[in-house]
Amino acid sequence: MNASLMTLELCVIALGVVLLLADFWMPPERKKFLAYAAILALGGLLAVSFSGNGVCSLGGSAFSGSFLNDALAVYFKRFFLLAAMLVLFIAAEFSGRIAAAVSEYYSLVLFALAGMLFAASANDFAMLFVSIELITITFYVLVSFQRSKLQSLEAGVKYLILGALSSAFLIFGIALVWGTTGELNFTKLALVAPQFLASKIFLIGVLFVLVGLGFKIAAFPFQIWAPDVYQGAPTPTTAFLAVGSKAAGFVLLLRVLFTALPGVMHLHAFTTLLIVISGITILYGNLCALPQRNLKRLLGYSSISHAGYLLLGVAALSASGQAAVLYYLAGYLFTVLAAFAVIAIVLQGQDKDIAGLGGLNQRSPLLAAAMTFAMVSLAGIPPLAGFFGKFLLLKAVIEQGATNHGYYCLAFTALVGVVISFYYYFGVIRAIYWGKDATDMSPIVLSAPAKFFLWVCIAGIIWLGLFPNTVLNLANEAVTVLNL
Amino acid sequence: MTTSILTYIAGWPLLAALALVVVPRNYRVIIRAIAVLATLISAVLAVKMFCNFNAALPDAEGYRFVQQIPWVESLGISYHVGVDGLNVGLILMGAIVAFAAALCSFEIQTREKEFYILLLVMAGGILGAFASLDLFFFYFLHELALVPTFIMIGVWGRGERKNYATFQITIYLSIGALIALIGLIALYLQSGANTFDIPKIIAHAQAHPLAENVQNFIFPLLLFGFGILVSLWPFHSWAPLGYGVAPSPTAMLHAGVLKKFGLYGLIRIALPLLPQAAQSWAHVIAWLCVGNILYVGWVAMRQKDLNLLIGNSSVAHMGFIFLGIASLNVIGVTGAVLIMIAHGFLAALTFALSGYLYQQTGTLKISELGGLCRKLPFIGTALLMALMAGCGLPGFANFVGEATVFFGAWNAFPTVTLIALWGALVIGGVYMTRAIRNVLHGPLPEKWNSLNAVTHNWRKLPYVVLLVCLLVFGCLPRLLTDKINPAAQNVLTQAAPVKQVVQTEISGARN
Repeated sequence: MNASLMTLELCVIALGVVLLLADFWMPPERKKFLAYAAILALGGLLAVSFSGNGVCSLGGSAFSGSFLNDALAVYFKRFFLLAAMLVLFIAAEFSGRIAAAVSEYYSLVLFALAGMLFAASANDFAMLFVSIELITITFYVLVSFQRSKLQSLEAGVKYLILGALSSAFLIFGIALVWGTTGELNFTKLALVAPQFLASKIFLIGVLFVLVGLGFKIAAFPFQIWAPDVYQGAPTPTTAFLAVGSKAAGFVLLLRVLFTALPGVMHLHAFTTLLIVISGITILYGNLCALPQRNLKRLLGYSSISHAGYLLLGVAALSASGQAAVLYYLAGYLFTVLAAFAVIAIVLQGQDKDIAGLGGLNQRSPLLAAAMTFAMVSLAGIPPLAGFFGKFLLLKAVIEQGATNHGYYCLAFTALVGVVISFYYYFGVIRAIYWGKDATDMSPIVLSAPAKFFLWVCIAGIIWLGLFPNTVLNLANEAVTVLNL
Repeated sequence: MTTSILTYIAGWPLLAALALVVVPRNYRVIIRAIAVLATLISAVLAVKMFCNFNAALPDAEGYRFVQQIPWVESLGISYHVGVDGLNVGLILMGAIVAFAAALCSFEIQTREKEFYILLLVMAGGILGAFASLDLFFFYFLHELALVPTFIMIGVWGRGERKNYATFQITIYLSIGALIALIGLIALYLQSGANTFDIPKIIAHAQAHPLAENVQNFIFPLLLFGFGILVSLWPFHSWAPLGYGVAPSPTAMLHAGVLKKFGLYGLIRIALPLLPQAAQSWAHVIAWLCVGNILYVGWVAMRQKDLNLLIGNSSVAHMGFIFLGIASLNVIGVTGAVLIMIAHGFLAALTFALSGYLYQQTGTLKISELGGLCRKLPFIGTALLMALMAGCGLPGFANFVGEATVFFGAWNAFPTVTLIALWGALVIGGVYMTRAIRNVLHGPLPEKWNSLNAVTHNWRKLPYVVLLVCLLVFGCLPRLLTDKINPAAQNVLTQAAPVKQVVQTEISGARN
């Protein structure tokens, strides 16, 4: 047993507890600084993870192989650390609107982060379930954090009911898989799984596990919760949900599909299922986003469509496909967080209507630029991150076209989705630069950390679009551990 | 490796766009000056590059002014630029048209800063795309130039049908570009060369030709993807309306330069890499181009709006280029490239002139105009020359190109060539001369008595530059053909060995 592998997770949990304790001595008006302290601490951990001999770059496994620290885990751990840091920036900006218990909010974000870090390392169905529950239960609280707001409570209840339902599916699926094969560990399962490919009970179990994970990533037909929860939850929570929770779903999906059950996915029925789900998710997300006027709801639907794009890479069942998923997630991180930060800062206490962005370029050019970059990148237009990500995904899908012509249909569906999405992404840009002026046209003064945050996001979007080499190499290295 | 002159030609407009971001919006003169200066520098550099180009002395793999910087090594993408006879003239034309478009942007009175930024991105992007010898950058830079077009039409467009036209052009061209993207990715994957470098893919394809069924799968993707971008009939309906609504600098750059991207892609990529499919699809292209020449020509005859007429005639001209490509011989392809260059100057000139008329009169309805030659002698004369060039008057570059295409296409498609000839001479002649009579001659309606002729001589500069280019290349076509010919020969020989193999196989089967 090698518990020192978990140093990073333990540090994050300890940090959460310290924040809770520090709350006792912190005067209310200075609680914002707790967030900055946490950001610095996480930044330190992130830096250590890149130094090469630190806590999170250690390879190996612990707890009889259920906790695994490999290249894929390290990639996602860095991703989650960065996401949590940026979310805490948004939370610090947002803190004025959380009536009470600001520091609890920060530490809950950290506990959710710990769950995501465990998910990145999960190599066992028990570990998978526990880490998902840690993430989901923390999010029940984070979603309904604004107790005085009806919408926030409604979102919390919806998330709770549907989340519990999906957990039930997940645990039922795990039970069926375990019942037929007798294995929970992914590595061991991979050895015995090929014998059970004909067993209906085993395949139903796998299907139920996929249902549970499909809920996390908001893929069709388990996407119902996403728009309501995105709209109702406090904006930093929505941001973390869109980036962190979705990425956690994807890392688990990759582990289950390509470490635990590599043979299952090559069954024709499952391949077709992935292709169909990916295509429908893309179309559903994009078509439903068209009539939306509420910006957070629009991003909710857009996040469904992006789950569909990410599934393109998964469905390709190839190493280049999974590397594309990892790359796309990195670009998505900066893009979506920039968009939610702008929402958190500009649309305070309003109904989040797109028209509220009117004249933003006069109120704050930096915010307008950040939102424009985010929308252009989400739409997948060069030279930003979203274009290169979509290019990699499409390439991976077309690569497989020779084996199954369904992939060509999928690529065309994705293109149709991209063209549809131009309409609503450009609608946001139009509202910023050419829309009617908002009712409140006072200039927006940005705090120094907020400015720093926005510049980081813009730089990330451009950097990933123009210099994809570094991250792409990391992603390529990460997917080598998968059994593809 | 030193920085190639091509990097500067495409880089100056992009750099200027970046610089404009930090210029405050009320410094209008400075904003205009930066835009004009950047495009002027890139035009001057392009002229210099064109004069120094010597096809007999290539740097590497048959290209001049080559520069290569690795970008994403794991995918084999690199920034790779270079010119041969195919794109040297196109880059020259693009840079000059961009300069003229920047000069013509005086008509834009609102939000100039954003307009000039978008215009410069468009110019830099498309010049880079033409210079690019890397499949990824080829697409990437074109897309970079394409998106500003939509925004410019949507924001600075004119008329009631602005929103509809923006919608239409965005959806059409995005779908076209994305279909072409699928084709290019499929080509990259199927070639097996594991690189996006065009010369390397071509060299690899020489040794390992693609299977015929694969070629027949990819070629239509490229043909229709690029075809939508070039307004190939029946996917042309975005073009007349889009150009009718667009602000004239946008229409100049798009109709003149951006639209040639698809044609250039077909010649540069589809012909050498997919030779067998090109053979079997050639007759489809030839018959579709009849749609462009005849059908759209007829539509143009019925137009009541000058801009729609010019837009339709520009679609009709694309038919001749497609015919040249479909002929698959050196004369035809040379002619196609000639028309691409000539039409670039011509389209830019006509849209610039119609933009000037619209700015002065507020309408382009042919029935409301008339006798304008008297009030606007310079603009009237220039428009007269442009419209005559459009119906193929000798002395202008278009005549040379069209004649060459007809010579090339005669052997391959005599029927189509006959129809095309009739379309060019009769239909084109009818609508162009009719427009000349109704707009420039006849009685002058009283309300136009107050029109102002061009006051400053320097305002005439863009029109003069474009006209001079048309005349120079019309009178001295060898400036272009000497450069294009070897490159066209090269493209067709790259396709040739496979063709011979096919022919022997067929004759073998007959025996």
